[in-house]
Amino acid sequence: MRKLLVLFLLAVIAFSLYKPLSTIEFGADRMGSIENPTTVGAYYLSKTPSELSVANVITAIVVNYRGFDTLGEVSVLFLAATGLGSILYRRRKEGEHSISISKPSSQLLQAGSKLIYPAILVLGAYVFIHGHLTPGGGFQGGAIIATGILLMMMSYKDFHLNHTVLTWIESLAGITFATIGIAGLIVGKTFLENFMPIGTLNDLFSGGIIPIIYIAVGFKVAAELAGVLDTLLSIKEK
Amino acid sequence: MENIDFNQILSIAIYGSAVGLILIGLYAVLMKKHLTKIIIGLSIIDAGIHLLFIAIGYISNGTSPIFSEKGISLVSEGTKMVDPVPQALVLTAIVIGFGVTAVALSLVIRLYRHHQTARIDQIKTLKW
Repeated sequence: MRKLLVLFLLAVIAFSLYKPLSTIEFGADRMGSIENPTTVGAYYLSKTPSELSVANVITAIVVNYRGFDTLGEVSVLFLAATGLGSILYRRRKEGEHSISISKPSSQLLQAGSKLIYPAILVLGAYVFIHGHLTPGGGFQGGAIIATGILLMMMSYKDFHLNHTVLTWIESLAGITFATIGIAGLIVGKTFLENFMPIGTLNDLFSGGIIPIIYIAVGFKVAAELAGVLDTLLSIKEK
Repeated sequence: MENIDFNQILSIAIYGSAVGLILIGLYAVLMKKHLTKIIIGLSIIDAGIHLLFIAIGYISNGTSPIFSEKGISLVSEGTKMVDPVPQALVLTAIVIGFGVTAVALSLVIRLYRHHQTARIDQIKTLKW
């Protein structure tokens, strides 16, 4: 009975998704021309090289045009990390110890992860420093760095992160983001206004405040994800 | 054979798989009893919605919206770029999806500690 009801509901949802999707032609050019853009996306594509001289239009949208939205997104991530810690917080009782992965990891994994770990960190830093030039950015680079830290946590049992340092990195990165926003308010007209010289397209130092914000976001995301992983992997059980 | 429209096949495949992922995830959320599986269902719904967004923003033979040469002009070069707005929105949605999954999993861990089970049909206090 319940299964029938669920299948009926799914059929209704599938039909109501099919109806509007059948009117959207796949791969149709709806963007109009650059001189006369018809969608918001085409407007951004036409304005980004001249206004911001940022090569990666997605970065320009995420950090500049929708920068306030990204500030909210970063604070949602911060809230998720903090909420995780406070939900899982438990006072240590007598006879409690961390869950131990039953077998110690093999020699091969230990040696290999030690070899790869610095390279992963460098790749993550490269991805968020070049966020305005190549595919990638702060969120992606931070996630890459967190995978490197996860690799070390999996292979070495006694690899632990200093939570004070993580909190400091996180706070400083968040403060940098907000300070740049307020500086835009003081120097220019609006919050998060791009008040720095924009440079030339495809240079490392181009785009004004965009690389600075994305580097801060990269540090913040890496610290938050590493904190989440550390919290989840060091759960205390009886 | 020569009448088959490649674009139409692609559209059915991509829209179909996006809607299929959404339905599979919804089925898992509605039918599964284990809380971890329900959260996996939520993640599958997320993936389907992201695929749908990117598919709607796609333009045939379009390149990714990243300028590779200095001073490239879009129209005169004959290159088209896909719509960047859905991609930026999906970037946001992935991060929010991560936050939702992390908090949901931590709640499951908390529930498991309290009831010694994560199956919703075995948690008696939910029923009244």
